[in-house]
Amino acid sequence: MRRFSQILPLIALTLATVFAGFAPVQAQPLRLQITEGVIDPMPIAVPAFVAEDNGGTRYTDGLARVVAANLTGTGLFREVPPQAHIARITSFDAGIGFADWRAINVQALITGAVSVSGNRMNVKFRVYDVVSGQQLGQGLQFAGTVNDWRRMAHKVSDAVYTRITGEDGYFDSRVVFVAESGPRDNRAKRLAIMDQDGENVEYLTDGRTLVIAPRMSPTGDRVVYTSYESGSPRIVLLNLASGQRQMVGDQPGAMTFSPRFAPDGQSLVYSLARGGNTDLYRMDLRGGQQQQLTNSPAIATAPSFSPDGRFIAFESDRSGTSQIYVMPATGGEARRISFGQGRYSTPVWSPRGDLIAFTKSNAGRFHIGVMRTDGSEERLLTASFLDEGPTWAPNGRVVMFTREAQGGDPSLFSVDITGRNLRRVPTQGPASDPAWGPLRP
Amino acid sequence: MNLTTKSLLLLGALALAACNNPRAGGTFGGGGADGFGGTGGGYGTGISTGELGDPNDPRSIAHFNQRIGDRVFFTVDSSSLTPEGRETLNAQARWLNANPQYAIVVEGHADERGTREYNVALGERRANAVLQYLVSQGVSAGRMRTVSYGKERPVEACAAQRCWDINRRSVTVISGGLTG
Repeated sequence: MRRFSQILPLIALTLATVFAGFAPVQAQPLRLQITEGVIDPMPIAVPAFVAEDNGGTRYTDGLARVVAANLTGTGLFREVPPQAHIARITSFDAGIGFADWRAINVQALITGAVSVSGNRMNVKFRVYDVVSGQQLGQGLQFAGTVNDWRRMAHKVSDAVYTRITGEDGYFDSRVVFVAESGPRDNRAKRLAIMDQDGENVEYLTDGRTLVIAPRMSPTGDRVVYTSYESGSPRIVLLNLASGQRQMVGDQPGAMTFSPRFAPDGQSLVYSLARGGNTDLYRMDLRGGQQQQLTNSPAIATAPSFSPDGRFIAFESDRSGTSQIYVMPATGGEARRISFGQGRYSTPVWSPRGDLIAFTKSNAGRFHIGVMRTDGSEERLLTASFLDEGPTWAPNGRVVMFTREAQGGDPSLFSVDITGRNLRRVPTQGPASDPAWGPLRP
Repeated sequence: MNLTTKSLLLLGALALAACNNPRAGGTFGGGGADGFGGTGGGYGTGISTGELGDPNDPRSIAHFNQRIGDRVFFTVDSSSLTPEGRETLNAQARWLNANPQYAIVVEGHADERGTREYNVALGERRANAVLQYLVSQGVSAGRMRTVSYGKERPVEACAAQRCWDINRRSVTVISGGLTG
């Protein structure tokens, strides 16, 4: 646990409009209706940002490349590469020769500028609708430290994504996960955190203790996970800023696992196993009071709150096989919502509240799927030898999960809720149990 | 010799002995890596194998592990004991009752064909089924505790039925002396 102190302190990125007097946003012709599913990605151009001083020159390409990678990584955009560009953007404020961009079939043009003073950096950008020859919204600028240059590119990406799709972005966010190493029958598992694109990995535990299934708090300041450091599964709460760790919710003779934060971050719901039975409990993190939520001789695990905090979805085998149930967050009668073929596990409520993502196993295959919160409109997004444990991007458009090829190592994948754009998330070694945190402030 | 030292010696002996038995390797390696009682990583070198004993000696831990069998197997999603499992546990109970100086950890394990957290719960159910059966055969509950590893510590990872069948198991681990 020696590296906790090195976790980046939260760095306030300031956000301000550039040229507040710019023409008001008009009816937007450039619009991607992604709820309908996008077949043809929108062609975009992201030329190198303009350096406004000497210090900015080393970031001009990097910023543009991160923005382009983020946007094309959604599957909603494709990049017309810089080699194909006719025009050069040499000044952030000069007029745009739209004909040169129309000629190469670009629909959205993103321009940017960067300046550096000491370790402070200023990044500006604009989005243009090439077809209509109009700027899309106002220019924005972000200020931060040079160490956070990728975060500023993520901020730009989020803003561009929102301008064009009308939905919140998810690029300036982090994912906590389990980094695996060593032989399969004696795996070392380390808790780790990274940017959503796989960069800036930090290890949070040292690998001597088995850890599984971390979850991030709603504000991204804490992680809760299951650790075997006591010799038996126990829930540990980790403060990312201070590195302080605390065992929570343990009771004599019981194993505790599968924790998840309530939307207000002030309580946890988790599984407690004792005497051959696993039930759900809730614990107030301020006072430590514990409340039993289920009382069934069957297994109840993998609980997840609705974003309004009123309900908990969970998995139980009370019917004989694992199925998904929903109950009030204070406990009480649970309603089964999964009725398809096979076993249903790990329900996770979308941050939008409209869908529940789950793991399904049926006929020797595993799937990640989504269904409405009443169980209707089930849609399977993936199929493989072993897919499990979905986690939602902060905007509820993408889920990340663990995929293990037959006889292979686990790795992280993401897929759009339309089932398109299945992608491997880059990690250095085997990885599992991703938990996506919120958009960073 | 204090309790800790004795436990270390026993665990060390078992860890070394496990080299002779590939199926036991994961189990004890797992225990060590997880820091059982704070002993993780602290054993295994320069420790005599003497305390394991000769499997031909019916009082030896080697006899328990190899001749009686330290594990029983389960069918998919089940924690019911099979007739073969009961036979093994009957013999385990006789040995444990004849050797009351040992404490016992019953590990519950699952195959990899389920989700991680459900498997932790399922492993606990299996470990508890074994513990309850041993109690029914006269072994004191006070000597035993359970731990579930879910699917985290397979005996063998081959992504095939053969491995899943041997990974759905409980393992009765002679974890150390009850008295110093």
